Amino acid sequence: MSVATHETSMGLDHRKLAMWIFLASEFLFFGAFVSAYLLYLDTTNRGPGVEIFDIPFTSVSSFVLLMSSLTMVLAHNSHVRGDMRGMRLWILATAGQGMVFLGGQVYEFTVFYREGLNITQSPFASSFFFLTGFHGAHVFIGVLLLLGLYSLSLTGKVKVGQDVKTEMIGLYWHFVDIIWVIIFTVVYLIPELRVGG
Amino acid sequence: MADTTQANAPAEAEGGAHGHHPTQQEYIRIAVVLAILTALEVSTYYFEFGRAALPLLIVLMAIKFVMVAGFFMHLRFDTKLFGRFLYTGLAWAVVLYTLTLLVFVVDANQ
Repeated sequence: MSVATHETSMGLDHRKLAMWIFLASEFLFFGAFVSAYLLYLDTTNRGPGVEIFDIPFTSVSSFVLLMSSLTMVLAHNSHVRGDMRGMRLWILATAGQGMVFLGGQVYEFTVFYREGLNITQSPFASSFFFLTGFHGAHVFIGVLLLLGLYSLSLTGKVKVGQDVKTEMIGLYWHFVDIIWVIIFTVVYLIPELRVGG
Repeated sequence: MADTTQANAPAEAEGGAHGHHPTQQEYIRIAVVLAILTALEVSTYYFEFGRAALPLLIVLMAIKFVMVAGFFMHLRFDTKLFGRFLYTGLAWAVVLYTLTLLVFVVDANQ
């Protein structure tokens, strides 16, 4: 396949261009849920509110997701250098950290449910579960993409010189990470200041 | 290993990457800085920062965002157009939802 078939008239790879446009549009998607969460922060219907958050636990999962961005970029770096074994290793490490993050989220949701915070309990609960749940769904899709890339690499369908495929999945993964950087601060840490203060 | 026999294939054949990308060691150093910034964020939960806590958290969040986008997503090394897409999308979302929230606040105060 000709290299030129992947270029736009601006000389840019059209797949990367499409990915960046998609990621830009995702801000509007997550922005809606963050806004709803901020709007309903105090609407707890006498149920649990932000005091239910376990900041030390969420800090650890945030750290794991942040470090998964490192392993993702190392996977891309290995692919660019033609080190496919290294690339696969880092891809697995990234998917593993994504699964640890998801496991942490499932645990957190279970604890909240047992303590009386369920999705229909209050507008606060609904907005919290929708926001963090949709983010979790993005992480889950990312893990599937990573495992798909790993399988395709093993079967030789992703080769040296096709590093844009790793880069595209990497862009998605890093985006999921930066969205969590925002969620961790706006949803967890800033409301906790009010509780602490 | 069959994996590396094609190492001479054009590394950027499909990528269209531009400029110098960091080495693995540089990526690790960036991750260490991100980890330190996260520790600083979490410290606001354990220590009293008073009125400085909120601006501190927002600044730390912004720095982490820019670092991940700039270095890990390669915005610093790729064409500026990609960065414009990302930051325009972010700006649209911030403006749109800030105005929306303001409408609710004004409505609640009437």
